[in-house]
Amino acid sequence: MKFLRRFFIRLSNFATGHRADQRLREEIAEHLAFQTDENLRAGMSPAEARRQAVLKLGAAEAIREDHHAEQSISFFENLFFDLRYAVRMLLRSPGFSLIVIATMALGVGATTAIYSVIDATLLHPLPYPHPSELVRIEDDLPGVGAQDVSVSVPEWKDLENSGIFQYVALDGFGSSNLTGSAQPTRIAVKVVTPNYFAMLGVGAQLGRTFDPGDNTPGFNLEAVISDGLWKRAFGADPHILGKTVRMDNDAYQVVGVMPPGFRDQGKTSEERNAEVWAAAGFAAVPFDPPLRNSRLGTAFARLKPGLPVASAQARIDALVASLKKQYPADYPAQAAWNIRLIPLAETLVGNVRQSLILLFGAVGLVLLISCVNVANLLLARASARGREMAVRQALGAARTRLIRQLLTESLLLFVLGGFTGFSVLFCTRKFLLQFVPESLPHLNDISISWGVLAFAIVVSVAAGTIFGLAPAWLTSRLDLTTTLRQEGRGSSGSRQRSRLRHALVIGELALSLVLMIAAGLLLRSFWDLFKVQPGFNPSRVMAIETWLPIPNDPKTDIYSTAAQEAVMLREVLRRNRTLPGVEETAVGDLAALPLGHDENDLNMFPLIREGHDVESSQPPLIDASIVSPEYFHLLGMTLLRGRLFVDQDLENTPSIAVINQAAARMYWPGKDGKGEDPVGKRVRLSASKPDWTTIVGVIADARTESLADAAIPQVYLDIYQRHAKDLAFFLRGHVDPATIAAQVRAQVQAVDPNLPVFHAETLNDILSSSLSVRRFSMEMVALFAGTALLLAGLGIYGTISYVVNEQRREMAIRLALGAQRGTILKMVLRRGLGLAAAGAGLGLAGALIVSHLMAGLLFGVSSIDLPTFAGVTLVLTTVALAASCIPALRAMRLDPITMLHSE
Amino acid sequence: MKEKPDVLQGTLALMVLKTLDVLGPQHGYGIARRIEQISGDLLAVNQGTVYPLLLKLEHEGSIASQWGASENNRRARFYRITAAGRKQLRTETSDWEQTAQIIERFFNVRAEDLP
Repeated sequence: MKFLRRFFIRLSNFATGHRADQRLREEIAEHLAFQTDENLRAGMSPAEARRQAVLKLGAAEAIREDHHAEQSISFFENLFFDLRYAVRMLLRSPGFSLIVIATMALGVGATTAIYSVIDATLLHPLPYPHPSELVRIEDDLPGVGAQDVSVSVPEWKDLENSGIFQYVALDGFGSSNLTGSAQPTRIAVKVVTPNYFAMLGVGAQLGRTFDPGDNTPGFNLEAVISDGLWKRAFGADPHILGKTVRMDNDAYQVVGVMPPGFRDQGKTSEERNAEVWAAAGFAAVPFDPPLRNSRLGTAFARLKPGLPVASAQARIDALVASLKKQYPADYPAQAAWNIRLIPLAETLVGNVRQSLILLFGAVGLVLLISCVNVANLLLARASARGREMAVRQALGAARTRLIRQLLTESLLLFVLGGFTGFSVLFCTRKFLLQFVPESLPHLNDISISWGVLAFAIVVSVAAGTIFGLAPAWLTSRLDLTTTLRQEGRGSSGSRQRSRLRHALVIGELALSLVLMIAAGLLLRSFWDLFKVQPGFNPSRVMAIETWLPIPNDPKTDIYSTAAQEAVMLREVLRRNRTLPGVEETAVGDLAALPLGHDENDLNMFPLIREGHDVESSQPPLIDASIVSPEYFHLLGMTLLRGRLFVDQDLENTPSIAVINQAAARMYWPGKDGKGEDPVGKRVRLSASKPDWTTIVGVIADARTESLADAAIPQVYLDIYQRHAKDLAFFLRGHVDPATIAAQVRAQVQAVDPNLPVFHAETLNDILSSSLSVRRFSMEMVALFAGTALLLAGLGIYGTISYVVNEQRREMAIRLALGAQRGTILKMVLRRGLGLAAAGAGLGLAGALIVSHLMAGLLFGVSSIDLPTFAGVTLVLTTVALAASCIPALRAMRLDPITMLHSE
Repeated sequence: MKEKPDVLQGTLALMVLKTLDVLGPQHGYGIARRIEQISGDLLAVNQGTVYPLLLKLEHEGSIASQWGASENNRRARFYRITAAGRKQLRTETSDWEQTAQIIERFFNVRAEDLP
């Protein structure tokens, strides 16, 4: 309390500028008068009495200082003086200040920009209460190489009753045709168990979410809609509750509207943008009967409060072991069924984490280089201010006091720089966000928030303290007499200072080399990916999606058989062929859309080979695409063996399939490993249906899953034999991408007016957007590397200029004594080259480590790719040499007469 | 700027408070003089150091001050102890006595006294 009272009085004295000097002066005068009187009474002479009184009082100046320190808070007072002085210094050399501020603005601005992305994606990925309790439950069958194979209804019940979780919810993602409004549209729909929202812990803004106790086995025909859909399709109708929406021809009653900020969780942006939620028990029509091996939904759960994931996992392992014993037929030992709990936050960012960390690392290096550059500039200025420091010290300034003042100056510069960077970022955020790929999770949440501002300030202050301290330390360390005696000649700088400067430049060069090599490797990977032969011909191909409704009651489905669907498909294909410019058409399901589908669109079929896996109930899973016969020719996929589909293959003719080479290699390796001919072999592609499918052809591998993956086993089925609901029409020819969607829509809706037609994209666009995250990180790292190179060039230029300036007298003498100008040039260049070589050596070592760490992001290029390493080193050396050339030429042209006269 | 050792400063504050408590309102010189007298001129403290201390005690609320006239009609600043100051004096006195007792016991200890 006493301390606080004292602090506040001093603070208010400081703030109001209240001074008690007058009071002290009077008190001391009185004191001396009293003491003098007493001394006189003791018989001293007046002069002696006065002298003794003063002696007894002590050093008046020290007392006054103590008194003053007590009166106010000297720390703040000094800070205030220092700041005032710093501002004056800053204004006195505007060029220097501008360069420092701009450099720091660049470093802090770039770092803050990347931080804001990371803040939105990695640090705050889950907008739900107690997010650490949420887990994704993945069933794996490592024995047959299958991951995340969904959970069956009995397993879900087991998990619910395990006592580990508060809620376990199943979730199936899909989409539905929303009809009833002017134009049928396709909307992202999640089918969830009724406890889904209770598990997430989010309520509706209007109405309610599902009743977690609802036990309807099939669909309960209630729908919760998103705020976006409510506003877009229903004009934010306040009486929406109780109204009916038709999805896939079924009538659902709207029971709730989610709040505007609500975003669903999910691995893909489609899932996160779900707009309608329907509740179902997953146990009755249209779902399969609830058997242990019919896996149909992804499970999510909220752990009991305070239960760590690791201990929950241990209890799950025990549960799995006991279930395996109880149901040996459903969980054969060779499948090695297990359940993994993954913190939900980790599943959302997944594959972009690595790219973001790379970017943050890169931008961190840029920041470091900016800081080093500024530290170098501060050091350079330190030599110009040697005299000022010497005079101050000679007048009695304590060294700590000088360091504090210099530190205040550099902190002011860093903070101004950081603030400038932040302001620029804030003003250009809309513009910059355009460059962020859409596939980045939570793109809409990226914002320049207070947290980001705090980050920028903390970074600037930390950088200012760390990189301002060394120059301040060295600046204040002076040999007083030498510095003062040098008069106006300017100090030649201490040895430590120049050693530190050289170390800084070497560090800068090394860091930028690391960045440039990283950028070079990414660029080469990207280029290789771009140049890779995809195995299909995407040029002039357009894909347009449509979806057929899947009503909950299969009896009302007008497309329930392949024959029924074939009529519609053939008619639409015939009509599409008549469109202007169209040369070829085909149709397939979404899995057949090369690079354009996400995980949810994949069909994973069990592959039971005749005479091979019949006994095993856990066959391998294979990617399946369902296509029309023209598909292969339209995409330019080559047949290697056997035949493709023909028009005579129909629902009532024997079922056939085409596989790719990778599938042939993997599943028909032959006895001697040379491979056997899969043509003519029979497989079953369903665990429950007994009919056999004959493999009739093998096509060459194509990178339809990912450009980076060469060969993923694929099986193709004929759409006229096995129908699909999620369709993509393919058109090859000279078509106008702007109008083709409307033309195709007209043709499709002429056949069935209830079908939505959407997502018209060229395959080339799809292909290039499949590289968007890679492109984004490559471009960013390249940008950072360019910045780093520029900064390093400036750094070496500054250092060499400084060295030349320092030695100009020596050079003048050499010239006067007859040294060749070429020798002077060489002498300076050798310095620059020495620095560059040291930097490059250090940088190469660092780059080897970094490139090893980022091996996972590379494609087609080794992490110790020699041409990249050599080329980048060459570029850096050239830049360093060019930067030292300017001061070297200046040194060469030195006029010895003028120089020596002026000194 | 180095602070003076805490012990000395704390002790001086205690002396100032005790002086004001016993003798009533005093001016700075009076306080310095009394401390010198009571300590039997053993304390070679610069008299001036009492002024920053007086300001600190005033900030802490242990003493209060106002201008007044001295015995020989000079204008002088008089300090008096406040209620809070008396309380502080009491606690510090007992603390001090306790410390002194403990130290005393240590000084008087002999090897044979210990078991």
